[in-house]
Amino acid sequence: MSPRMSKLLPWISTVGALVLMVVIWKLVIAIFDVSPFVLPQPEDVLSGVRELVRSDDFWSDVRVTLTETLVGFGIALVLGIALGTLLGRVAWLEQASRPVIVASQVVPKVALIPLFIIWFGFGITSKIIIVALLSFFPILLNVILGVRSVDSGHRDVMRSLNAGRWQTFRRLEYPSTLPYILAGMEVGIVFAVVGAVVGEYLGGDQGLGYRIVTSLNNLEAETLFAVIFVLTLFGFLLYLAVILLKRFLIPWHASTIDSTRAST
Amino acid sequence: MSATTEDRSLGVPHVSGALPDGEAEIELRGVSKRFTARKRETLALTDIDLGIRKQEFVTLLGQSGCGKTTLLRILAGLTQPSAGDVTISGQPLWRGDHRDDDALRKLGLVFQDANLFPWYTVEENIGLPLLLRKADKTERQRRAHELAELVGLQGFEKALPRELSGGMRQRVAIARALSYNPEILLMDEPFGALDAITRDKMNLELQRIAEATKATVVFVTHAIAEAVFLADRVVLLSARPGRIRSITEVDAPRPRSLEVTAETGFQEKVLELRRQLTEDEERLGREGGVSE
Repeated sequence: MSPRMSKLLPWISTVGALVLMVVIWKLVIAIFDVSPFVLPQPEDVLSGVRELVRSDDFWSDVRVTLTETLVGFGIALVLGIALGTLLGRVAWLEQASRPVIVASQVVPKVALIPLFIIWFGFGITSKIIIVALLSFFPILLNVILGVRSVDSGHRDVMRSLNAGRWQTFRRLEYPSTLPYILAGMEVGIVFAVVGAVVGEYLGGDQGLGYRIVTSLNNLEAETLFAVIFVLTLFGFLLYLAVILLKRFLIPWHASTIDSTRAST
Repeated sequence: MSATTEDRSLGVPHVSGALPDGEAEIELRGVSKRFTARKRETLALTDIDLGIRKQEFVTLLGQSGCGKTTLLRILAGLTQPSAGDVTISGQPLWRGDHRDDDALRKLGLVFQDANLFPWYTVEENIGLPLLLRKADKTERQRRAHELAELVGLQGFEKALPRELSGGMRQRVAIARALSYNPEILLMDEPFGALDAITRDKMNLELQRIAEATKATVVFVTHAIAEAVFLADRVVLLSARPGRIRSITEVDAPRPRSLEVTAETGFQEKVLELRRQLTEDEERLGREGGVSE
């Protein structure tokens, strides 16, 4: 396959998948005679999206959800990197805290959301905490792994060149760990969106998650689908931002090589 | 100091490689290294005396587990000996537990893996030691370019390590080790992972580079022919505990071409070293031990 073709392929398949989805969607409605309250027509959903975007509170809802996601994710990132670096370096501390980490991993964190709402109220604070909690663990675990994974041969190089602590960090440890931090962020940002939305529909009066609940209560299937569509786009754009950051920060890493670079 | 002291327990020759006073650029005196792992003590090296002259090419030959890498790491200041002294140009490498960083500046190190930093280009990898010594960018680029040419990598300065073949990566590692003009080049099986043809080629290149840079080279290998081809002196190490089994002088004129390997004198040396290695293997086999 030519490099040009392999670059275009994902785009072609994406469009193909979308078209296929719409076709099946319409077929299901036609064949099973589905009520528009259960599954509206694709074009009605599209006009629903148009209406949603024009509605009064839409952008303020987007802003609320975005704020919760980004602030929570930011907190998780800072704490995850700081704690991960510490645990990755100090072996006994990591061993000591392993049971706690495993325990907090297996707790279904979504089940804690009502608790946070009781503790921190219906405002955005409780959602920020939920977002931070959900995206914290994948970042933490990846950072610990990353700090551990600095190649011993590379360390020998730095030691034989008599590099100082700061130099070793700047030239070796930081670039070695970066791919792991970004891998953690990739998972973390998805969890962050889940946290914000679930937090909003369990308790709150603003945000895109809240919109889902109200449209469900009013039996507005079109709006419900429209919100889902917007949320998909929302999650996708945030994920894309992390991927672009990755391309920018670690263009040398295997996970970011695409067909155009690999052909050199 | 007697030239040969028989090992008390095993009756295997234990040779002193010490040189007359003042002749050695690098000197090891009574060097031993003990490792403790899972409550078991291993004597990796025992009582090594070895002197290496300026601009000499010495190969350390031995099977895996004979302590040759440990010996090189001791020379490189990466491993501290349990006993004995290491001096480089008359300066002790260790003062107590403290490593002398000035002595370290004279050393350039090449490992079995190229150990290039994947986030740096060829040029940046070669210039890394200079970067750590705070040389400015133009100086680093100039030197990297010069060295890329020396090791035959001109035109690849902007490539990333993953775009290079194994042989090319090892060339970059050599260039990196040479970047600050070290007087001594320490190499730990640098071509061990390369195919036979590339390896022959790299050995010829290395000979040329050593000549051009006037560096003293200590080269660890487990390939007998390679050891003899490259060396002024082959130091054969024997395992458990690691000690010097024999020292073979190779006086074939330089530059040597690969045809040297077909000459009778060369072949005899290879055969004699092989005999000694086989003898060693049998001795260790009788003890019921295989290499670790």
